[in-house]
Order: sequence, then C-alpha cells, then structure tokens
Amino acid sequence: MAVCVAVIAKENYPLYIRSIPTENELKFHYMVHTSLDVVDEKISAMGKALVDQRELYLGLLYPTEDYKVYGYVTNSKVKFVMVVDSSNTALRDNEIRSMFRKLHNSYTDVMCNPFYNPGDRIQSRR
Amino acid sequence: MADPALFEFLHTEMVAELWAQDPDPGPGGQKTSLLVLEGMGFRVGQALGERLPRETLTFREELDILKFLCKDLWVAVFHKQMDSLRTNHQVQAPLRLPGTLLCPQGTYVLQDNSFPLLVRMASGLQYLEEAPKFLAFTCGLLRGTLSTLGVKSLVTASVAALPACKFQVVIQKL
Repeated sequence: MAVCVAVIAKENYPLYIRSIPTENELKFHYMVHTSLDVVDEKISAMGKALVDQRELYLGLLYPTEDYKVYGYVTNSKVKFVMVVDSSNTALRDNEIRSMFRKLHNSYTDVMCNPFYNPGDRIQSRR
Repeated sequence: MADPALFEFLHTEMVAELWAQDPDPGPGGQKTSLLVLEGMGFRVGQALGERLPRETLTFREELDILKFLCKDLWVAVFHKQMDSLRTNHQVQAPLRLPGTLLCPQGTYVLQDNSFPLLVRMASGLQYLEEAPKFLAFTCGLLRGTLSTLGVKSLVTASVAALPACKFQVVIQKL
C-alpha cells in the first residue's frame, strides 16, 4: 500500500500531497522534498545519455530502512512521487507502474476540469 | 461520425456570440473579443497538452514538440495533419551592449492549405477581413499546448487567401 502520494508541479512546488498515517506527516513531506533532487538528477541524466527509449516511469528513487520511494515524470514536467512501505515486498514493478498510470489519468482529468486553474493546489471534497 | 462538425459549429457560435453584442465595435472592443477567444484556446490547449502526449515518450528537442503539434494535435482537433512545417531561425540581439550574447529565437511557420474552420466560408479573397476572428482560438490552442510542454511562445496567424492560413510560432528563449 502506498503510504504517501505527492504531485509536484513543474516549478517544484507541491500541487497535492497526502499521506495515510496522519501523524508524523512532516517526515513524509521531508522525504518527498529530498527525493526531488534524485528526480532532477535522473531527468538530466536522461537528457545527456541520448537513449532511444525515454520512459516516463523513473523507477525506484532511493530506499530507506522503512520505505521505498518511486518516481514518475510526465511530458509536461509534472512529477509524481510515491512512498511505499518496505515491509510489503509483494509489490512488483508492474503494480507500481499501474498505480502511476492511474495517477496520471486522474491528473489529466483534473487539468481538463474547466473550474481548475493550472498551478493551483488540487483540492477534493472527498 | 459527426465529431468534426460539432466542434466547427461550436466554434462558429462562439465567434458569433462574441461579436453579436456589438456588431461593429471600435478597435478596442474587437481586441478584447480576440483576446477572449485566444484565452479560451489557451486553456483548452493546456488541457490537451496534458492529455494527448500521454503514452508518447519524452520529447527530445523543440522540433519534436513542433512535429507533435502538426501531427497529433491537428489530427485530434481537426482530423487532418498540418500541411507544412518550416523553420525560420533568426538571431536577434536584444540590446546593443558590448559583450552580450545574441539570443537565437526559433521561429516556425506552420501552414495549413485547407483549414477546416475557414473551408466552409469562402475560397479566395472574399471575407479576408473576417478571417482573424476565426483564427484567434486556434492561436491560443497552439500557445496553450506549447506552454504545458514547457515552451514559452508567441503565436500569430496570417491569411493570404482562404482557406489556406499560416501560423507563425516564435519561441521565446529566456
């Protein structure tokens, strides 16, 4: 189960950040913030490597003792970061990819919502 | 399917509505209406820029983004591809100070020989003055899509003879 999910805009400020255990939220915010550096490193590495296949999914960014952090970048440079509990080793790469795909679909739907101004915080009543 | 017709009718109504309130506005009023149309196109372009390149891989350079505009965006909105894409890079010096670098401004000219929103009107020089109203939304569309993909630009349109029109995209490099 994902423990924390964050959507970060092109200018590196968070559009949406939500964690499941409501206590100790600051720790997750800090982890997401530090993972942004790793994301930027991967993006610039992709730019220089001239690889033919440039994927949107970035993979495991860095593991800590309790959690693993995964990243994903869209074509509009919006980053999705997901923090997952390490104790659940049954989570395969495919499942993480499908979680990111669903997240990307929901983000696209938000962009198409005429009442949403790009750049605002994403709010949901549920 | 009736899809292309739906968008064309909606667009015609949008233009008609904005001009119906003041059938012969002075230059100031006309500019506001054009800005409103362009703004609408911009927002739609931002959403399309998010939705269309979903499964495509990351764009490697500017030309890839422009090619995407000509092929995928045009096909999605107008059900045909853009007829030609030309580059016209100019080197412009902003200030004449010693030691400044000349910043190159990428200019691309996208040409469509039978633009669907103009094809229904006339074929030739009739209605040449009315044409800009029908192009403002599309200019905004291009600018919005480019801005989501990370490119700041300025888009202008010109018509020599209906229904062929040219969109000039000037990319502003900071």
